[in-house]
Amino acid sequence: MSTRSARVLPGFSLSLGVTLLFVSLILLLPMTSLIGQLSTLSWSQYWAAITDPRLIASYKVTLLAALAASLFNALFGLLMAWVLARYTFPGKRILDALMDLPFALPTAVAGITLATLYSRNGAVGSLLDPLGIEVAYTWLGIALAMAFTSVPFVVRTVQPVLEDLPAQADEAALTLGASNLYAFRRVILPHIWPAVVTGTGLSFARSLGEFGAVIFIAGNMPYRTEVVSLMMATRLEEYDYAGAAAIASLVMLVSLLLLLAINLWQGRFYRRLHGGRH
Amino acid sequence: MSISVTGVSRRFGNTTALHPLSLEIAKGEMVGLLGPSGSGKTTLLRIIAGLETPNSGSIHFGDRDVTHVHVRKRRVGFVFQHYALFRHMSVFENVAFGLRARPSSERLSNAEIHDRVHHLLERVRLEALAKRLPAQLSGGQQQRVALARALAVEPEVLLLDEPFGALDAKVRLELRRWLRHLHEEFNFTSVFVTHDQEEALELSDRVVVMSNGRIEQIDTPQTLYRAPANRFVFSFLGETNRFAGEYREGRLHRDQAWIQLDKAGAPTSEVLLRPHELILTTAPDARAHLPVTVDAVSPVGSDVRIELTADWMDTPWLASITHHDFDRLRPERGGAFFVIPARWHQFAPENA
Repeated sequence: MSTRSARVLPGFSLSLGVTLLFVSLILLLPMTSLIGQLSTLSWSQYWAAITDPRLIASYKVTLLAALAASLFNALFGLLMAWVLARYTFPGKRILDALMDLPFALPTAVAGITLATLYSRNGAVGSLLDPLGIEVAYTWLGIALAMAFTSVPFVVRTVQPVLEDLPAQADEAALTLGASNLYAFRRVILPHIWPAVVTGTGLSFARSLGEFGAVIFIAGNMPYRTEVVSLMMATRLEEYDYAGAAAIASLVMLVSLLLLLAINLWQGRFYRRLHGGRH
Repeated sequence: MSISVTGVSRRFGNTTALHPLSLEIAKGEMVGLLGPSGSGKTTLLRIIAGLETPNSGSIHFGDRDVTHVHVRKRRVGFVFQHYALFRHMSVFENVAFGLRARPSSERLSNAEIHDRVHHLLERVRLEALAKRLPAQLSGGQQQRVALARALAVEPEVLLLDEPFGALDAKVRLELRRWLRHLHEEFNFTSVFVTHDQEEALELSDRVVVMSNGRIEQIDTPQTLYRAPANRFVFSFLGETNRFAGEYREGRLHRDQAWIQLDKAGAPTSEVLLRPHELILTTAPDARAHLPVTVDAVSPVGSDVRIELTADWMDTPWLASITHHDFDRLRPERGGAFFVIPARWHQFAPENA
């Protein structure tokens, strides 16, 4: 009797082998070389590289803009997911497809388009200018570009969860006398909350590293509208590979910690929801 | 609280879910809406609840016109087919939901809510499970939570949509009996939807039989079964054997088979027979000449069920005979017998 063939589904070793090969090539190899670059730095050099005052200013700009963008996306993405999941209307499928546009569009194109629209003499910017609102070349513009490129994260994580919640749950709440707001707060929100947090977290993580869309609208003024990813690009242009790697390692660490936190928290939530059995 | 449905109709796009219909339900009555899927029974229930708006007609609860009253103001208890429990809330919080959802001016104190919920959980025998989440309960337990949740707001009307549809037969029987007791104790008016005739006949004071968006008959279970108003009601309420043929001089003929009908009766081309109205014999007599072959025998339960075939049938017949007759005749697969109808039913042709 053979000891192999315990698996019924075919192709396990082949598919796993190919997967691991690609993981090594596109994930592990670049990360290894990143760490290799870091190893040329001493701790004090590393510390100096990541605490450059101009860089610290860019941390603030990036964090602030990414926070604003992901909070906006949490609200707007939730609304969008709600509209797509709960109603039927003509053109719904087109709207649904449009939601993926930010992923499909080259980010540089998005950046240039936004910069053109929102610059002081652009179509939208010329309307906002008399009101004293400047978007292009301010942190607001950066946030706008970040929001644009990362909104599908929220929509696409919340939408399936909303579709999964039967309409009967809202109806049950209404028959029990709940107001719309109460039903939303106590019935719908707890159900979709983990998805909203996950989507917002992903949107935030993506915004932290966004480059293409941001640099065109940011203006890139030192200490004011420079983002972290631009600082990395600048270091690379100066052939300071170790410096770029130092910043990259920090950004990566923050993103990874963020994703880890989200996953842990979400896992706990779902275990609770499914009665601790799954 | 009595319910009056007057001239209510409902369309979805081009399809008519309900033709204008009216229905009176007395205070404290338990009424079953029975019909096949697509008969409009759930739509009617949802219109009574206020979850659906009728295209015409009105709904009254007692003297109060509730046609345009929002579902949350109608004070109905609604039990959904798949329970629709709040999955992230404990059993206790599910039942307390309606009490907590009230505007602060009418809300009970926490202690009162606690007392009322525990009293209800006691009534549905789920007190020990108050802290569990719905996912940790069986289907029958979830359905009891759903009922307790609906009853917590003390509705005068309880509406149930296929309440036991998703449960297995034994639990279903137990819950039915238990709903009956609850109904007597709380004395609410209740309307439930079902496609199971046995459930409707057992549980209801009156049954409303529906098909294709129309009411076919409203009657007590006994009358409904004994005197069905039309062919649809008859065939929906139980198993039916059909004999179709040509009417000649008081007899209905099909090939060499025939049934002797009343001479005075109206000519017909079809009679229907219930399985228990068939007598199995070894020889024909003056009442009928119906040669049959035994196809299957199932001696389980209070009667023996026998499937019969013959050339003159469109679909196989089903006879149910007593164990006494079974022992006497000893029918086996392939055995040849004759059927004598003890009783038959004929209806005016349906305008399909």
